[in-house]
Amino acid sequence: MAAIEILGLEKTYMVGFWHKRPKRALQPLHLNVEEGEIFGFLGPNGAGKTTTLKMLMGLVFPTAGTARILDHEWNDPEVKAQIGFLPEQPYFYDYLTAHELLEYYAQLSGVPGKERKRRVEEVLQRVGLTDIKGVQLRKFSKGMLQRAGIAQAILHNPKLVFFDEPMSGLDPLGRREVRDLMEQLKQEGKTVFFSTHILSDAEALCDRVAIVHKGELRGVGAVADLTSTVQGKVEVIWQGVRTPASMKAMGAECHVTGDNVRAVLPENQQDAAIDSLRREHIRLIAITPLRTSLEAYFVEKLQHSQTTAGKIS
Amino acid sequence: MSPRMIYIASNTFREAVRDRVLYNLIAFALLLSGAAIFVGQISIDIERLVVINLGLTAVSLFGIVIAIFIGIGLVSKEIEKRTLYTVLSRPVRRWEFIVGKFLGLAGTLVVNTFFMAIGVFAALLYVAHKFSAPDALILVALYFIILEFLIICSLALFFSSFSSPLLSAVFAFSLFVIGSFADDLRGFATLTHGVTRWIATAAAYLVPNFSALNVISAVAHQQPLASRLILQNSLYALFYTAMALSSAVLIFERRNLK
Repeated sequence: MAAIEILGLEKTYMVGFWHKRPKRALQPLHLNVEEGEIFGFLGPNGAGKTTTLKMLMGLVFPTAGTARILDHEWNDPEVKAQIGFLPEQPYFYDYLTAHELLEYYAQLSGVPGKERKRRVEEVLQRVGLTDIKGVQLRKFSKGMLQRAGIAQAILHNPKLVFFDEPMSGLDPLGRREVRDLMEQLKQEGKTVFFSTHILSDAEALCDRVAIVHKGELRGVGAVADLTSTVQGKVEVIWQGVRTPASMKAMGAECHVTGDNVRAVLPENQQDAAIDSLRREHIRLIAITPLRTSLEAYFVEKLQHSQTTAGKIS
Repeated sequence: MSPRMIYIASNTFREAVRDRVLYNLIAFALLLSGAAIFVGQISIDIERLVVINLGLTAVSLFGIVIAIFIGIGLVSKEIEKRTLYTVLSRPVRRWEFIVGKFLGLAGTLVVNTFFMAIGVFAALLYVAHKFSAPDALILVALYFIILEFLIICSLALFFSSFSSPLLSAVFAFSLFVIGSFADDLRGFATLTHGVTRWIATAAAYLVPNFSALNVISAVAHQQPLASRLILQNSLYALFYTAMALSSAVLIFERRNLK
């Protein structure tokens, strides 16, 4: 079953002094997110990711189209008890402590009174916010606020979690912890929908991704499929900093990184390259078919749209 | 009443307390005790009149300032700081949020007024040395002041549901000033003719009638108050507040939180 069905959702804002000039933030969007998957919503800044999330959360009203979340209409208040949301760069009531904040959100989410305290402690432990009793949120660092944000999103044990740029403001360790947490959520059978422009996070985590640019869906698919395309090239890595002349003659693009040389060359030159290295007594480290990275796919989709736009104009 | 509204109201009250809104009580206490000592020394037989007039006027003005300046930020601050996103993404209806915020601010003002009322009675006891039966009317005046706060809170909330905090403050304060002269405006309407009369009458009935809620002078002069005035003012204030709150909800229900 689809956890999220987006059916032609679109948004146009009226801008200008008299609110007469239309500005389209999101073209009609059709998208399905299956239950239990981690879905990445990718795009550069200003692509329409946050607008989409806000519409799904009922913060912004769509100009047209609709969406179904966990088999309910997007604007059904009851469905909100089953979803969690972390906004981009979250800001909370800074006069509260993290415990008070989470207690308040637990009340609003309908968590029974007896369970609230235990849930709050559990979730704070889970996001690594310990030893903060009595500290008001105004004294929290950006990373701590992000952790508090993640805590409030999963506090009420939702079936579906929306994260808007969850890694923002986190140090490498924090990012790793959030990635682990998202994987745990998946293992618990929850669906995770997150927006990001950090492609390495998406590649490491997502089952499927969608790419949006300038309010338009440019591509959608399983990460494994998008990155499995072999480009007819191989990557050869050998020890040392020397590049044999024969390699250059084969048309290899070589880069020295540390004590190794990485060379990309046509697949049909693979055997010749191995022979060349053997002749020169150079130690071969790896030879792998070159696959499309998510980044390459992303850039291709963005460039394709720019080229198309250029041709049309 | 939905429990979510109560949670939002108590959080609003907690915010006001932690933002040191109740510190105004210190200024009020200083003002009143200073005035009591001062009139106790210089006036002859009018100490009671001065203390009641000054005390109740201060209760009203302090509360109005709090109602306007907190009320205008109740919604706009939450949108600006994006704290609203994590509230409305839960099973909270937008109307519950508005009404909860209103109840929280109203509760803050009632608590504030309660402590100020203790101050007024203490100052009165200090200058008059005893209470007399007509002093009970001070409670009626305080009740009317609270009704005044309810109207102002709902208006501030109404303006803040679509306008910037600065404009909301200007609108709410202007309505308070005009509303304080509502009786004069109605009198003026009867003196005019044609379109002017029509406009003046409409304006006189549209602005909140704060002059009907102001019985401070009558109470200070120990004039009796008609009991039907309490019923009339209660119904009027509740109706006006409900209308302003409903309008705020109608606007907020359609607002995009960009």
